[in-house]
Amino acid sequence: MIDKLGLYLEYPFVRYALIVGVLIALCSSLLGVTLVLKRFSYIGDGLSHVAFGAMAIAAVLNLSNDMPLVLIVTIFGAVLLLRTGQNTKIKGDAAIAMISVGALAFGYLLMNIFSTSSNLSGDVCSTLFGSTSILTLTKGEVLICAVLSVAVVAIFVVFYNKIFAVTFDEDFSKATGVKAEAYNLMVAVVTAVIIVLAMNLVGSLLISALVIFPALSAMRIFKDFKKVTVCSAILSVVCAFFGIVISILAGTPVGSTIVVTDVVAFGLCSLAGFVKGGLSA
Amino acid sequence: MALITVRDLSLGYEGRAITEKLNFTVNAGDYFCVVGENGSGKSTLMKTLLGLREPLAGEIIFGDGLKKNEIGYLPQQTVVQKDFPASVWEIVLSGCQARAGLRPFYNKEEKALARENMERMGITDLEKRCYRELSGGQQQRVLLARALCSARKILLLDEPVSGLDPKVTAEMYSLIRQINKEGIILIMISHDLSAAVRYADHILHIGTTLFFGTKEDYLKSEEGKIFLLQQGGIENDR
Ligand SMILES: Nc1ncnc2c1ncn2[C@@H]1O[C@H](COP(=O)(O)OP(=O)(O)O)[C@@H](O)[C@H]1O
Ligand SMILES: [Mg+2]
Repeated sequence: MIDKLGLYLEYPFVRYALIVGVLIALCSSLLGVTLVLKRFSYIGDGLSHVAFGAMAIAAVLNLSNDMPLVLIVTIFGAVLLLRTGQNTKIKGDAAIAMISVGALAFGYLLMNIFSTSSNLSGDVCSTLFGSTSILTLTKGEVLICAVLSVAVVAIFVVFYNKIFAVTFDEDFSKATGVKAEAYNLMVAVVTAVIIVLAMNLVGSLLISALVIFPALSAMRIFKDFKKVTVCSAILSVVCAFFGIVISILAGTPVGSTIVVTDVVAFGLCSLAGFVKGGLSA
Repeated sequence: MALITVRDLSLGYEGRAITEKLNFTVNAGDYFCVVGENGSGKSTLMKTLLGLREPLAGEIIFGDGLKKNEIGYLPQQTVVQKDFPASVWEIVLSGCQARAGLRPFYNKEEKALARENMERMGITDLEKRCYRELSGGQQQRVLLARALCSARKILLLDEPVSGLDPKVTAEMYSLIRQINKEGIILIMISHDLSAAVRYADHILHIGTTLFFGTKEDYLKSEEGKIFLLQQGGIENDR
């Protein structure tokens, strides 16, 4: 087993996949804690479907590089969604569901009508569940991903205290002169960037898992914000690593294997939290 | 010039007014109490003063260069989600966020301030505890410690003693008075009228009738007499 893994690690594409996978998992888990606590668990879903719609448009327009368009549309979607969360007639979850399902249907329709590809359902399936494209990354793509990830982590660390204050009590923050709206906007933009990055990894249907599971798992065990954040980052990285390794060794789909690993980790954490709670009570 | 001047202020939700034509001023050193029946719009007034809501009409003028980050605020209820992981220390320290400005991390003075305010509220030993596992009274003290961290000139308290037992209530009032003596302006909502008339120097009564003036005038006014009479029963219980 170990030998086989060592053999695989000789290949650059395996190393690239591991690097990118781990970085994306790290980024999404950092923001996951805030998103889950703000009751925006599903924003990952909503945004990735928006991104899917944007990809469909890019495909129809025959753009060779769809990244910029997808990124812009998704950031726009994120800002819109997080805004509606605040003062609205349509509540946050309903708004997300509307945009999410709408964009998904729209994207599929577009692809169906205009697609020139002979393997349409294959294309759709791979954008929904993550393609093998994580295993065909070029050096340039790895570099872009690394740069963006470092930027996300840096932003998170620098704004950590502000993100905590605004997430815990937005009214208090606003009342005492913290620029809560600006920080919310920042979280929205960073979320969109991560989602677009992560779509390659697990696809748009499973993306929420990367955002939600590590945070929920960590919250089972720890009860202060810093520990939850650190724990969820570690969990996410470990799960992504093992998920990718297992999928390579066993030949299973990368995205769903990572998600299943996260689910297993959640189960273990729940158990640990239960035991810990039982001991201290 | 008064620190806060309110002119013809109307408050309400979705265009429907709750109170209209509020006029009052808050001056340096004031201990200002807002009283009135439940649902008369006291909390709404406070949120409007804090800029969390837009008034329906009228204006609020801040004098003497009062800045946003010199304000402390204790909300009536903080709806913290049941599963929010946050320790007492993290919450109290977050009261220093506004003074930190753009600086990413808290400095020594801010941490010392948070410690000092935790000590004042008697919650130093709760430092590492999870907020949501505390009793109502303990939570209230955590939030007050946080408010003290951000209050450099003015402190707004929305029913600060609700949910506290009589002993802690008395301590709380003497602490609040101490803070006021140190030069911090206090705006406090209370439906404990006995405390309001004991400590405050100005009273704003909102409800079906409006009153604004000094405590002495309030006690002589119709609003004051009626309200005191209604509250008599409650006070006798204490
Ligand atoms: N978000 C809201 N939307 C609509 N009406 C509200 C809202 N919050 C409070 N109200 C109404 O405004 C009135 C005043 O509320 P509030 O300011 O909390 O009263 P008080 O603090 O004096 O008890 C109440 O009748 C309440 O039902
Ligand atoms: Mg109220």
